[in-house]
Formats: sequence, C-alpha cells, structure tokens
Amino acid sequence: MTRHYRNPALRVGIGAAMGGMRPIVELMTVNFSLLALDQILNNAATIRHMSGGQFGVPLVIRMATGAGRQLAAQHSHSLEGWYAHIPGIKVLAPATLEDARGMLWTALQDPDPVLIFENVMLYNMMGKLAADAGPVDIDKAAVRRPGRDISLITYGGSLWKTLEAATALAADKIEAEVIDLRSLRPLDDATIMASVAKTRRAVIVDEGWRSGSLAAEIATRIVEQAFWALDAPIGRVCTEEVPIPYPAHLEYAAIPQVPKIAAAAKTALGRA
Amino acid sequence: MVEFRMPSLGPDMEAGKLVEWRVKPGDRVKRGDIVAVVDTQKGAIEIEIYQSGQIEQLLVNLDTKVPVGTPLARLRVEGEAEPGLAAAPPPPTAPAAPSAAPPAVEALVRPPPPPISMGPVAAARARVSPVARRLAEENRIDLSTVAGSGPGGAITYADVERELRKAAAPPEGKRALWLDLGAMRTAIAAAMARSKREIPHYYLEHQVDVTPCEQWLTQKNAPRPPNSRLLIGALAIKAAALAARRFPAFNGFYRDNKFEPAQAVHLGVAIAIRGGGLAAPALHDADRLSLDELMSRMRDLVQRTRSGRIRSSEISDPTITVSSLGERGVEALYGIIYPPQVAIVGFGKVVTRPWVVDGAIGLRSVVTITLSGDHRVSDGHAGALFLAEIGRLLQEPDKL
Repeated sequence: MTRHYRNPALRVGIGAAMGGMRPIVELMTVNFSLLALDQILNNAATIRHMSGGQFGVPLVIRMATGAGRQLAAQHSHSLEGWYAHIPGIKVLAPATLEDARGMLWTALQDPDPVLIFENVMLYNMMGKLAADAGPVDIDKAAVRRPGRDISLITYGGSLWKTLEAATALAADKIEAEVIDLRSLRPLDDATIMASVAKTRRAVIVDEGWRSGSLAAEIATRIVEQAFWALDAPIGRVCTEEVPIPYPAHLEYAAIPQVPKIAAAAKTALGRA
Repeated sequence: MVEFRMPSLGPDMEAGKLVEWRVKPGDRVKRGDIVAVVDTQKGAIEIEIYQSGQIEQLLVNLDTKVPVGTPLARLRVEGEAEPGLAAAPPPPTAPAAPSAAPPAVEALVRPPPPPISMGPVAAARARVSPVARRLAEENRIDLSTVAGSGPGGAITYADVERELRKAAAPPEGKRALWLDLGAMRTAIAAAMARSKREIPHYYLEHQVDVTPCEQWLTQKNAPRPPNSRLLIGALAIKAAALAARRFPAFNGFYRDNKFEPAQAVHLGVAIAIRGGGLAAPALHDADRLSLDELMSRMRDLVQRTRSGRIRSSEISDPTITVSSLGERGVEALYGIIYPPQVAIVGFGKVVTRPWVVDGAIGLRSVVTITLSGDHRVSDGHAGALFLAEIGRLLQEPDKL
C-alpha cells in the first residue's frame, strides 16, 4: 500500500476488528501514522468506552520508528511516547528478536488495540531465533543486564546503545543495571522501582524529544514512588530538541549515543 | 497531645543532656520503650517512655542540656485525631551550617535546561540526597559532620554509610562520651555527703553459714555450661529481695520527713566501673524473678552499666541497695545508704571457718551480711530480724 492510503487502511482495519477479525495493520513508519492519528485516538482507543463496553477493537498496528538512517526531519520521528499518552491502547517497543516475534502473537490475543513500535535501526540486526520461540508477555519490563550502581532505563533502539554504555562503564568499575521497558503503556513500575531501590540512581534513555517525553513520565514516577531511595538527581538522555538533521554527523549528535549515556551515568554517580 | 519531659533520674539531678534520639516523628511507641539517651552525672541513661502513642514532634536538639521537666517531645496518644499534613515536620537535626557563599546552583542542575535559581532557601540547605537523608535520620547521624562526595558535593548514601562505619568502629572512644567519670565522682560525692549528713545510720552484722547454698549450687551447676551457671550472688540478691518484701521498713524512700514504703522490690545492685565509677541500677521486681532470670538480668545489667547504657527506670527507682565486695577479698562492708532509700545490705566474701554444727565443730562456708539502716525509719531490732530473715532464706536455697 502506498502512504496515501494510511488513513483508509486503518479505517478498514478498525472495521475488520470490530467485525470479529484480528487484523494487523502495518503503517510502515510512525511518520505516516499521523494521518491515521484520528482513527487511532478517536476510534480505536475510544470505541470500547463510547459503546459502553459493547464493542472492542482487537487491532494490532505495527510501525517503524526512530532516526539514524539519514531520512531527514520528516521521516525520523520517535513518537511512541505520544502514543503512550493515550488510554485505551497498549504500546509496545520490542528490542530483541524474541520480543519482535513473540509480542506480535500476544498482541493479537489482546481485546484492545496494541501498537508495536519497531526501531528502524534494529531491522538490520541479525540473530537466530530458537526453534521453539513462542509468545512472550507484553506487560513486563526486563532487566537485560543486572548491576548495583545505577539503573539505566530504556527501550527499543536505545537498548543496544545502553548495553554498550554499560559495558564501557564496567571498565570504570561502574556496574549499571539495564532495564528494557518493552511495554511503554502500561509501564511496569514495579520493575523500575525495584531496580532504583537497589541502585539508588537512574538515567533514562529515550529517543523522544526531552520535553513532555516518556522519559519525563518515568522520572516523575520514580520521584513519586522511590524518592527516599534516590541518591542523585535522575538523569535523562533524550533527543536534542531539533528537527532531526539530515547530515550524518548532525543526526548522530541529535539522538542518544553511547558516550552520552555513559557520561550521564557518571554524572549521576558524581564521577563526571 | 502529651508532652514527654526530661525525667528526674535522682534527687540530685537538675538537668540532663540529650545525646541520642531513638525515635523519630511518626514512630509508634509503647510504654516502656526506650526513646532517648540522656547524659547525666551518672553516665548515659536510656530513657523510657511511660505512655503509648505516636511521636508527633521532637522538641529538643541533640547535645542540648535542658532542666528536668523540659518537654523533649510531643506524643499523640492513641485515639487522638491525626492532624493534617503538618504531622511530620523534619526532625530537628541541625542542618549543615550554611557557608558564607551560597553554593552554586548551576552544579545542581545539569546543563540542558538553563539553571533556575532556587533562591536563598535552597542555598542555605546542605545538599543531601533523599536516601542519604533517610539513612542519616534512621541512624541519628548529624549530617553537618558528613562530607559530601556526590554530584555537586552532595552527601550521598555512601557518605553516610562511611560515617556509620566510623561511628561503629571505636567503642572505646564512645564509652568516654557516655561515661564521664569525673562527673560521676561529683554525683557520688554529693549523694554520699548528703546521706551522711541527713541519714542517722545504724549498722548490724550477721554471720551466716552458706554451705547449703554452695552444695546446692554445685549440684545445680554440674550439668550446665559455664555461661548459664548460677552464682552465689544471685542467691544473695534473691534472699535480700524476699526479705525486703517481708520487711517493708527497709524497702522504700524517705522523703519530706516521712517514709514511703515501696510497693515493689526494685533492688539496686552496686556495680563498680573501671576507672573509679560506681552505679547502683535496679533489678526490677527482684523478689519475683526466678534465679535463672535474676542471673541473666544481672549479667545484662553489669554489662550495660559498664558500657554506660543504663535505663532511666533502672537508675531512678531502686528501693533498696545490695552491695558486695566479696570477690575483692573483704569479709564485711558497711555501706552508706543512697538517699532517698533507707537501707543498704552488704555481703562480704565467703570464707571457710570452724563452725559449730549439731554440737560438733566442722568446717563451714560463712559469709558476713551487714545492714546499714536509716534510724528515722527503723530500729536495730527490726534490722536484726531483717538480717536474720536473709540468713534463714539462704539455708534453703531450693526455695529461693
């Protein structure tokens, strides 16, 4: 399908879901999803409420997200944080092979709309999926690397950069715990707070713009729920507040990168 | 709302220095809980609270000396309505002294959003991470003594932890703080001088054959490991306590020109402190304790007294005192009554003596028991009966 049919495609998908089917609508990228935002926000997310529970929309919407491929300002958005703002839908961000495959099945079982955001840079990663890889849960965060000094909280494309930063930090005797959120709505507060209670410090890595970001939401929740466990201000590594530039070096500088993540962790530890 | 006040821990106490809070606002306490430590001339005393409820507010800063009767804390007793959010004001741990130059706020906030000045309030407060503040509070660490190593010089969890380890490390240094032997000597001098000035003492002596006690103890202790063996001191204290219950004229206080017999027997045990101190904290209800209980309480009391951790009720309410210099080698001692008490019983060391038993001379273990009595309250006749009762009780150790 071409991009001009994003809106009708979603209308068809919603109709099919309400009619008893389990459709998967693939919008290509989040950049084009804005044309379908009305259908996602005003139809898919609200029908169950508006119909007094008579109708649901068991729809799965897949789309790519993120910058890094020199596609310039209009095609490099990371708007999953926006969607995570909306009650009535679930928002997933698989970062591993197992999640990319396993979440889709679980999402299809869900009685309500599930949006799956796949970071464009992860499409190039290769890996082998176990023959018996099956469905996975879609409401828990995962600790991808245990550590005791600081919690690095991230998701999607930033997970691999964060893990790389954690490896670099280990060389400086800093044991970072890396949390892969996996689900952006709902957020798994329990896993986040348990980690922060242990490490007492947190840096959130989020490819969205800083203002009003998912990182802002997570930081607030940590302050609300784990304030007395904190040993340092919460750090954030987000995308610079600019339209994503086309030149490779500027694009690199605009979005979270390994050195920035490591530096933020050291700042939180007072070792900057 | 009830006020918890600086207690009087003896007739000669006018003021006490608060050296430790064991509770913080919001804590629930019940009658008998230790809530604070107060430094007095007798050493550091653990202060118990006599009412149950919830600590509302601490009113006195650490290391402040206040007169007896000064409110130390406010307590909300059970059933009282909870006030609003004002319930838990920050405890009065002294904030770190503000430095002359306000700390640079720039370092507090990391670059991207331009720093916003937080005004003089933020400048005046030491930067302490929430978890460090909590840890310090829980362990009564004065944050003004902690150096910060965190972001922007903030005091972190690790900094407080380090301070905790430092505080835990040298018990010797701490003991010096708890036990001021000079002050204790002054207190002893005042109490003893007052006693000799005011109390007309009379003295009695009674020699008692304690061979039955020794035999009974040998038998009783044989199967026991050393740390749970009974000592003859426990029998002596129990016998004195029981006798005090039967002879109320020796158990109580002489105050305002009249004698007030005590309802319970809280037997003060004179405990020597290395370096020249002396304290006589109470074994509560000594007449009702089994010998094993008495023994373990004695061990605990001696240990706590020597490390300067006596509780307020133990120091303020002995109703009669027992002193024993037996192990130091003297055969008899004549004590000076600790006012406002009216009697002190002394036990000398156990010696082997030729003794007449059933018309024949044999070797027996004998101890000299003395009584110093307050002649305003009792006479020698009653004192003799009291001492004889102790001796009689020691003939039947299995009934103690």
